[in-house]
Amino acid sequence: MSNRRDVWITGIGLVSSLGEGLEAHWQALAGGTGPVVDENSFVPYVVHPLAKVDFDQQIPKRGDQRQMEPWQRIGTYAAGLALDSAGLKGNKEILGATDMVVAAGGGERDQSVDGAILTEIEKQANPDVFLNEQLQSNLRPTLFLAQLSNLLAGNISIVHGVTGSSRTFMGEESSGTDAVRIGWSRIAAGTSEIALVGGAYNAERRDMLLLFALKRLAMHAPWAPVLADPKGIATGSAGAFLVLESPEHATARGARPIAKLSGVWSERARRSEAGAVEATLEEMLKTAEAGITDDTAIFSAATGAPEPTKAEAAVLARSGLPVRSVTDRVGHGLEAQMPVALALAALSVSEGRLFAPLAGEPLEKPFDGTISRAIVTAVGHWRGEGVALVERAD
Amino acid sequence: MASYTDKAGRPIVVVTGMGMVTSLGQGKADNWAKLTAGTSGIHRITRFPIDTLRTTIAGTVDFLPESGRTAPDLSEELAQLAAEEAVAESGIGSKGNFPGPLFCAVPPIELEWPQRRILAQEAAPNGPVSYDDLLRAAEANGHDAWHERFLYGSIADHLADRFGTRGQPISLSTACASGNTSIQLGVEAIRRGDCDAALSIATDGSVTAEALIRFSLLSALSTNNEVPEAASRPFAKNRDGFIIAEGAGALVLESLEHATARGAKILGVVEGVGEMADSFHRTRSSPDAKPVIGCMRQALADAGVSPDDIDYINAHGTSTPENDRMEFTGMSAVFGERLAGIPISSNKSMIGHTLTAAGAIEAVISLLTIAKGRIPPTINYELPDPAIPLDVVPNVARDAQVKRVMSNSFGFGGQNVCLILTGEPA
Repeated sequence: MSNRRDVWITGIGLVSSLGEGLEAHWQALAGGTGPVVDENSFVPYVVHPLAKVDFDQQIPKRGDQRQMEPWQRIGTYAAGLALDSAGLKGNKEILGATDMVVAAGGGERDQSVDGAILTEIEKQANPDVFLNEQLQSNLRPTLFLAQLSNLLAGNISIVHGVTGSSRTFMGEESSGTDAVRIGWSRIAAGTSEIALVGGAYNAERRDMLLLFALKRLAMHAPWAPVLADPKGIATGSAGAFLVLESPEHATARGARPIAKLSGVWSERARRSEAGAVEATLEEMLKTAEAGITDDTAIFSAATGAPEPTKAEAAVLARSGLPVRSVTDRVGHGLEAQMPVALALAALSVSEGRLFAPLAGEPLEKPFDGTISRAIVTAVGHWRGEGVALVERAD
Repeated sequence: MASYTDKAGRPIVVVTGMGMVTSLGQGKADNWAKLTAGTSGIHRITRFPIDTLRTTIAGTVDFLPESGRTAPDLSEELAQLAAEEAVAESGIGSKGNFPGPLFCAVPPIELEWPQRRILAQEAAPNGPVSYDDLLRAAEANGHDAWHERFLYGSIADHLADRFGTRGQPISLSTACASGNTSIQLGVEAIRRGDCDAALSIATDGSVTAEALIRFSLLSALSTNNEVPEAASRPFAKNRDGFIIAEGAGALVLESLEHATARGAKILGVVEGVGEMADSFHRTRSSPDAKPVIGCMRQALADAGVSPDDIDYINAHGTSTPENDRMEFTGMSAVFGERLAGIPISSNKSMIGHTLTAAGAIEAVISLLTIAKGRIPPTINYELPDPAIPLDVVPNVARDAQVKRVMSNSFGFGGQNVCLILTGEPA
């Protein structure tokens, strides 16, 4: 990578159960605020609900908001925060040349229509014809657009004017890692100057919980720290976008880096082989570490799914580096989890210190030293291992 | 010695293997014969009851073992067949050991009605069914396999296992431009020097009743139900919507240097890729066609060629009133008066709109067009639209020397990606 150039993070937009914006997150983290959990709305499951957000602030047209399901609103909102943070809001020329890579799932359904159909369908002489009739009369035509994965990116183009390019990656946790990796790779290689990368997830839905419930992977209340006791995935509503930029481009417009994104790695361990996740992650961690352990911390985006989280925790314990669990603070945001973790890692690096350990998470040790490097680890709940390195920019 | 780099000093990216499946059949040979004979793969839907539906025709792939199972099952089978053909043709790597990453465009995936119905029946609530009931049944009844099947990443993951591609595969969607994006990501990775080869696949086996109804509710589909083969009418005055269809396309991409070193046959070159997003509307393109114009010009610039160098355009040509008019406007701006003399055809007149897969399938057909010196027609062109005068290669295939093709793909969400394809390295 000798001829590759630096990649700066010049903007971060973050919204989660802890609030919105970097300042609110740092206050909550440094102030030792515990995780915000909801154990009552989705019994028996526990989720981290989105903090109260005034969507009008980033999505001024109500007509636009109506065209989106909540996951798209969260993402479009976070993307707007990122562009504000980078000082790009309304800069048509730059936004028109900004590349976008979004990690997205989708599939938020009309649960009342589904429920009504399921209540009656088995009583019908011809269930499939009944289904046709019901869907045709009861589905909102625009709901489809609010479900399509690439329409988060589409909404960001419409609401914020980002139109340089637009790609949407799917594939759960890995899509978040790869969205950041491709945006980073293009800038590092000199084929892109500025990119908006990130994702969003809405945890507060039964149809989203259903996918995890099929394999009994959704965490049941009471909430528990994921590294110490991975008993399931506590999903969290969150959106995170980063503005990545070449130093030349940023300097020319007078923008300063929050931190430097120094590398992103994406791998796929053969999980049918015992020890494969640990071995893969260990190697990736060594690559990111590059022999430097001073002033370095690890931010874990572990999902809470038992097997991969145990493997990740074992590798983190062996690393000897100070560890902080992102998931314990804001929950698991699936496609958005790597961007969320990167946002918090970059925040910590820019502050130059770590926030306090969480009670009940023995892997988190007190650390009062300086932090200039943060390695994010993100092992998918089913597949895919991701690692990223954020460094202080000066 | 010929150069391994293009005018911009980047590695030249070539195609050394191609595969495809559509409603016309499996494999390039069968598809090419039917495409050049002007055969339509559009037919009456038999997969689900068509009672009460406004559109009753589609280009579904009904001849495979997974046809009629879940969308991810069929999409995976289509992708696998297309990729097997492509990888075998290229002779790259060894069995189960592809020396590069996988970029895989996949359709939307979610639990489907048969699974929901089973969960609802297992839960058997006394009152109305809710998602709480489905959740209870999901936890209790051992449907573990559905978890993996309905993850967005599972199609690409299974393909990565089968073909032994490197690293974590990227699953992607840019709606109806997805096929072109899967190629674009491979081209970029090779140009960056990240890899010497990449496997680009785009697949769509997602024609269910609900998928059809969703597009129907947006008034995007043709309702020319009477004669299915005659329903898809790109650029014709009586076009009234697209025909939803299934299929897959796969391409083995390699650096010219890598392909040459192993003595591979070069099937074509991906000379340029252009992209520009549209912020106008969720489903409609900007009426001034500026993003599409920008996209085409960027593709030409990326290839280092001018509009005069294009011999044939493989149109997006969906057969919707709006797309075909907008595409005409865009092409008019880019090609000017010369447009009237450029043959332009839409494969969708025969195979319908294969959505996620369209770009990759049309890239394969574009390279076959160059190799065979024959342009597949736009069938069902009985009533020319005087507002958009074009040489659409109407109804009958045409022999022509084609050196360089522009292949367009546009999608919901403001997605636009254009490819410039040639037969041989410049």
